Amino acid sequence: MSKLTLKTEGDTHLIVTRKFAAPPKAVYRAHTEPALIQKWLLGPDGWTMPVCINEARPGGKIRYEWSNGEGRGFYVTGEYVELEPFSRLVHIERMFLPDPTPDNHVVTTFTPDGAGTLMTMRMTLPDSATRAMMLASGMEHGMEASYVRLQGFIDSSEFV
Amino acid sequence: MSNLDASFAALADPTRRAILARLALGEATVNELVEPFDMTQPAISRHLKVLEGAGLIMRRVEGTKRPCRLAPTAMTEIDQWLGMLRQALAANYDRLDDVLAAMKTEE
Repeated sequence: MSKLTLKTEGDTHLIVTRKFAAPPKAVYRAHTEPALIQKWLLGPDGWTMPVCINEARPGGKIRYEWSNGEGRGFYVTGEYVELEPFSRLVHIERMFLPDPTPDNHVVTTFTPDGAGTLMTMRMTLPDSATRAMMLASGMEHGMEASYVRLQGFIDSSEFV
Repeated sequence: MSNLDASFAALADPTRRAILARLALGEATVNELVEPFDMTQPAISRHLKVLEGAGLIMRRVEGTKRPCRLAPTAMTEIDQWLGMLRQALAANYDRLDDVLAAMKTEE
């Protein structure tokens, strides 16, 4: 289960790596084809992505909207800068929570790794405070999922 | 209120979590904290009091200022947050594994 790594680098970078048991072409397609993206890029249990726009060409638009089915949601918009099928994606994105966060510059590479793929996502934020904020909001989603689980445990427990 | 209850209550607020994230970068005065959060100084001071009461931050006296920094135990909490962010990402990529496996059988 330690396939994923997440680490900070310098003051403004955040690096995520993950290995997949599929060739780079398949992993690249799963990052650029809306019908595939909507199956996995969902966050905590119970969330869906009703809107998924991904125009995989330089200057192409990205828009992902998430919903928890109970009136809560948020969205991300972005633009592609460069694409090298099936090895490299460069795009810029920002989250609306509902106010926009500063632009996150993201370079994603898909490198052959045996029969599989090593994906490396390198995010660059404008400054260290923005990175801290992004980590904090990401943590919040993680924490929300654990609060929901905690609530489920409390609701189902029989002790008084 | 036990220490655990106090930490849990202190961490249940997004502004206080963001203040801790900012202090992870280094010591800051109240004025320095007011700016990025777009809140009044008394509001930030109230949050700092809660964080201090929960033992998550420490303050020292420097002339008329009282700069804040993370308490050593808060670093452990932040490690746990990073762990939870990792979990959320891991859930996405575990789903992607399934998507990739399904693509393979279609070919």
